[in-house]
Amino acid sequence: MAAKTFKRKDGRKPEEFRKPISAKVGIIPNADGSAMWQSGKTIAIAAVYGPKELHPRNQRDPAAGILRCNYNMLSFSVTDRIRPGPSRRSTEISKIMEWALEPVLLIDKFQSMVIDVHVNIIQADAGTRCAAINAAAMALAHAGIPMKSLVSSIAAGKLDKTVVLDLDKYEDSEFEEGEGSTDIPMTFTPDGKLTHIQIDGKISKEQLKQAIELAKNAAKEIYEVQKKALKEANKK
Amino acid sequence: METPHINQERIKKFLSEGKRFDKRKLEEFRELEIETGVSKNAEGSARVRLGKTEVLVGIKMNVSTPYPDSPNKGNLMVTAELLPLSSDRFENGPPKFPAIELGRVLDRVVRESGFIDVEKLCIKEGEKVWTVFIDVYSINDDGNIMDAAGFGIIAALKTAKIPKYDEKEEKVLFGELTDNPLPLAKHTPISLTFHKIGKDFIVDPTREEEDISETRITIGSYDGNISSMQKGEKASITLEEMDKILELNEKAWKDLFKKLEKFVK
Repeated sequence: MAAKTFKRKDGRKPEEFRKPISAKVGIIPNADGSAMWQSGKTIAIAAVYGPKELHPRNQRDPAAGILRCNYNMLSFSVTDRIRPGPSRRSTEISKIMEWALEPVLLIDKFQSMVIDVHVNIIQADAGTRCAAINAAAMALAHAGIPMKSLVSSIAAGKLDKTVVLDLDKYEDSEFEEGEGSTDIPMTFTPDGKLTHIQIDGKISKEQLKQAIELAKNAAKEIYEVQKKALKEANKK
Repeated sequence: METPHINQERIKKFLSEGKRFDKRKLEEFRELEIETGVSKNAEGSARVRLGKTEVLVGIKMNVSTPYPDSPNKGNLMVTAELLPLSSDRFENGPPKFPAIELGRVLDRVVRESGFIDVEKLCIKEGEKVWTVFIDVYSINDDGNIMDAAGFGIIAALKTAKIPKYDEKEEKVLFGELTDNPLPLAKHTPISLTFHKIGKDFIVDPTREEEDISETRITIGSYDGNISSMQKGEKASITLEEMDKILELNEKAWKDLFKKLEKFVK
């Protein structure tokens, strides 16, 4: 296999996370729940407001509560400044976040209400949607929103012929050797179900299965970090 | 959440006795904490905590054409966003008046004080100059975002480094910074806001106090010079009160200058 000889630019092994991984809960006093997630150089902060009345009224769902996510990158979070405000990309990621989180939420009883999750990327080095989802899941739990469990998000992928974990910005957007780069962000429940997957690139069925397995195991470690951060916040 | 009427009345009553809910004196700021280099892709950045209020400020630079009326000067752009993340009062969507005013007032503090030597940001007269983007984001709003953002801007500008510029290719090498700091003046423009509640003037209001402010005056000043001012909200002030504010500003400026020096030289 090529895996043995393949070297990543930052010296990581194929199945290795970026360091540091860190999580903190309760970072925004105004919010009902809040959390920070850092993977390597990527930092996301999330705040939850709600459940609260949904306006305008015509968007209300009389049968269940609504989760509304809002993903935003700060203008200076990337090397080439982005214009403040929503974009097509941020609109899609906001929806992807809702889909990734909804399967574990028990918000049927919050009829006609909304739970707002605002996530901002302070510093970006690829993997921002995964960081956003990890922070959002912790913030929702911190806000006391009824949930079956947390969700944990991580990307696997492929660089040339090698399946790898947790691509950084260089690997995601500049790596061009051989077959190039494939990015597969995924989100898992603690019992190993997928609530979100996207693929950008090119990968065979066999290698995709490998990548999913790799990410699933990594998600377990992320879950432990999330849980620990929540417990620490509750001690205070 | 709006501040309940009963709290508003209580705050006013307290102030008339010279007291505040958090035991501060009328002219006393909350604890200030500044961290720089908090966002590594920015040319400069700062996180400011003023009590429970928190803001992030980032500096980005790019090369663009100068304005026709200032062919040998760099450009400056200050944008402020009141993130919905920071308070349930803020919503998504196009910036509303408070965010627009915040950006414009802070822009004048930096611009009018001559803090950035914009002539040194000229690469080729009439063709290429640096543009400095200062972006302010609220992270937690417990009042006085305005002053906190002003402190953050100073800290971020003072620690910023200019990106590398490839003169042959005529493009900025984003992500690669030189060791060159921004061309800044020796003086430090500090922006401070004074709020009138009843007969009294206070500094650094909490969210609740800000809600009952009758009028506010924001002053940008350095070394005894006043370079920008903005009066907001409806109540009028007498000339005697104006004198008092100017006096308060001088004292507060010295106090804050000392505090800022602890974090950035």
